[in-house]
Amino acid sequence: MTGLAAAPGAAGTTQTPEGPPTEKKGGAPPRDSASQWRLVWRRFRRHRLAMLGLAVTAALYLVAIFADFLAPFGTEHFDEDYPYAPPQTIQFDGGLHVDGYTTAVDNETYEQTFTTDPSQRIPVGFFVRGEEYRLLGLIPWDRHLFGPTEPGAPMYLLGADRTGHDLLSQLIHGTRVSMTIGLIGVVVAFVLGVVLGGLSGYLAGRADTVIQRVVEFFMSLPSLPLWLGLAAALPPEWGPLQRYFAISVVLALIGWTHLAREVRGRFLALREEQFVTAARLDGCGRRRVILGHMLPSVSSHLIAQLSLSVPAMILAETALSFLGLGLQAPVVSWGVLLQDAQNVRVLETAPWLMIPGLAVVVAVLALNFAGDGLRDAADPYRR
Amino acid sequence: MNDTPAAPLLDVRGLKVHFPVRRGPFGRVTGHVRAVDGVSLALRPGETLGLVGESGCGKTTLGRALARAVEPSAGRVLYDPGDGGDPWDVGALSRRGLRAYQRQVRVVFQDPFSSLNPRMTLLRIVGDPLKAHGLASGSELEDRVADMLTRVGLSSRYMRRYPHAFSGGERQRISIARALILGPRLVIADEPVSALDVSVRAQILNLLLELREQLNLTYLFISHDLSVVESVCDRVAVMYLGKVVETGPTSPLYAQPRHPYTEALLSAVPRPDPRLRGAGRRIRLADDLPDPARPPAGCSFHTRCQAAVDGVCDVPGRPPELAPAGEGRLTACHRATDLTLTGVPALGPAVEGA
Ligand SMILES: Nc1ncnc2c1ncn2[C@@H]1O[C@H](COP(=O)(O)OP(=O)(O)OP(=O)(O)O)[C@@H](O)[C@H]1O
Ligand code: SF4
Ligand SMILES: [Mg+2]
Repeated sequence: MTGLAAAPGAAGTTQTPEGPPTEKKGGAPPRDSASQWRLVWRRFRRHRLAMLGLAVTAALYLVAIFADFLAPFGTEHFDEDYPYAPPQTIQFDGGLHVDGYTTAVDNETYEQTFTTDPSQRIPVGFFVRGEEYRLLGLIPWDRHLFGPTEPGAPMYLLGADRTGHDLLSQLIHGTRVSMTIGLIGVVVAFVLGVVLGGLSGYLAGRADTVIQRVVEFFMSLPSLPLWLGLAAALPPEWGPLQRYFAISVVLALIGWTHLAREVRGRFLALREEQFVTAARLDGCGRRRVILGHMLPSVSSHLIAQLSLSVPAMILAETALSFLGLGLQAPVVSWGVLLQDAQNVRVLETAPWLMIPGLAVVVAVLALNFAGDGLRDAADPYRR
Repeated sequence: MNDTPAAPLLDVRGLKVHFPVRRGPFGRVTGHVRAVDGVSLALRPGETLGLVGESGCGKTTLGRALARAVEPSAGRVLYDPGDGGDPWDVGALSRRGLRAYQRQVRVVFQDPFSSLNPRMTLLRIVGDPLKAHGLASGSELEDRVADMLTRVGLSSRYMRRYPHAFSGGERQRISIARALILGPRLVIADEPVSALDVSVRAQILNLLLELREQLNLTYLFISHDLSVVESVCDRVAVMYLGKVVETGPTSPLYAQPRHPYTEALLSAVPRPDPRLRGAGRRIRLADDLPDPARPPAGCSFHTRCQAAVDGVCDVPGRPPELAPAGEGRLTACHRATDLTLTGVPALGPAVEGA
């Protein structure tokens, strides 16, 4: 643990230019006492795309948290009189309203088609009374941000699915599941990755070799078949909640390897850093060296890495659910919603059923932008 | 305290540090880098011993092994705690004993940039050793840190700043404060000025010398800059490929080296005085340092030594041992007695007032 660190140009030592011979301050005054997170934030803010990504991500999580209030209807609400009803537009003439529907039945196929009918007015409003729910899972309430003022009247701003569910409400509820399943998967992956990667990097030698071979084994498995296999192996009698957790663990089983690599690399480099040796010689025990000196040095980087693995998990969940192996109705996620969009004929009559795919794209892009920006901002002292 | 005046503070006997070289997917050990390969040295209380040698010869590793930052592979280090008791066998210390030892033997690192944790304030950097050893906390800790910072020439107002706000020289002062706050007796300074701008080197060297007087310190001063070593060290040990090849008091050793490697090192020192330039022939050392994983047989210097004699110097299993060579000097060369080597006259102080 010696020579390498002493070697010129070793592991990212920045040779900031020497101050003037009189040994006056090197840095600009405001840098003097900025803590690391302030510096990270300052750099992050300069990153336009990342800020946009962060804003969208934050908005999506707000939607996830307040889904019950934001969605006009609950997940169970449907009206079988309106299968594949097309989207309505909100109109204003003194008060807000949407148009009602007229039905036409095809004489040959007996297929029902709906068209919006301007002669019917369904008044809508804000903070309308609707189904009861518990806000944040605690406070019972029955107000919704907006909806038809007359409960039960048809309002399908993004159209309806085969059984007359309101797609907008479903999409809002799906945000909750889709955006959080990645988080839980990431937490599991994080624990696995940091513990195993950290051990690997700190202990080095044989332990490192063994752990690295395990990581490579997991990395060499083709992820889609593995997910499929694991997901298919879940007992079918499991309830939605059990499935939800099981799926997130399945996702994490793949996700942790990259993180473990990352942490290991960082720890290996850090071990050679003189300040880590210095901390040991200062009398700090192993725990204190790892938790107090090494982990803080990689924390910002880890968080950036984490935010980059959330979108991968979201995509994976979507893919699994789309294929019918992930979550299943009555749980609503974007992937589950996309199951309805598998049929080309259905898409012809109800193209709006692809909108959940758009939500996935937006979420993944936003998280990626934010994660990239964070990663770039994470290392304010080095490089 | 001790009635044998020459009792060494640190007595190093046959110390070895070998690093395993791992290859292949399963990390098989295919060899060892013999970074330190049988070093014997004695550090006397109050002296400054210079440790010189080319890059890669194992100076840093030796320093770290003495501080027990790396585990020695073989050999013994005896430390005289100065309380009249028996010397401590540093390799066999208990955990508590090791902590006590590491309080008395401290390290100043070479790189003032990577040796300070960029995410900690000076207060934490300098105060952490006190806290980790349970010596002070709270306002007492702050007072002691402030005191130490003043001692090394920094204002205690900087206590809550992060290291990146400081220049290299100031950072090295912080490093010194961290080393000294535990009240050590021996300081291992690993190239403390070589990463610094020439203009601040003298200031840091002077600071080290002042502190040595004030605090009764003993230094192991690692450096590859022979003129710096001349100006601050009482004695010098020359290292080559993991071994000490010559030791002795600074001026006689510089004036008349007894080992061809020392001669070669000295001949490469730039002369500040133009009249002396070109006075001695410059001995070019062939190639690079041999691979420390496979040191040459016999005298490990024979591959580059101008005075090497076949059949004497390269006989496997017959390396030259350190032997007395007059004036309190030791040298490890088969031909020590029949060679006349040229040194350098006094190089002139690199540090004013030193
Ligand atoms: N942790 C380690 N693992 C493997 N080899 C090492 C390790 N530390 C040092 N070495 C090797 O040991 C040898 C001696 O290195 P060391 O850093 O002690 O030399 P040095 O004299 O301090 O050199 P420099 O003047 O460049 O600082 C080198 O060959 C180096 O590559
Ligand atoms: S023993 Fe031989 S090779 Fe080694 S230093 Fe002496 S003369 Fe040179
Ligand atoms: Mg070194």
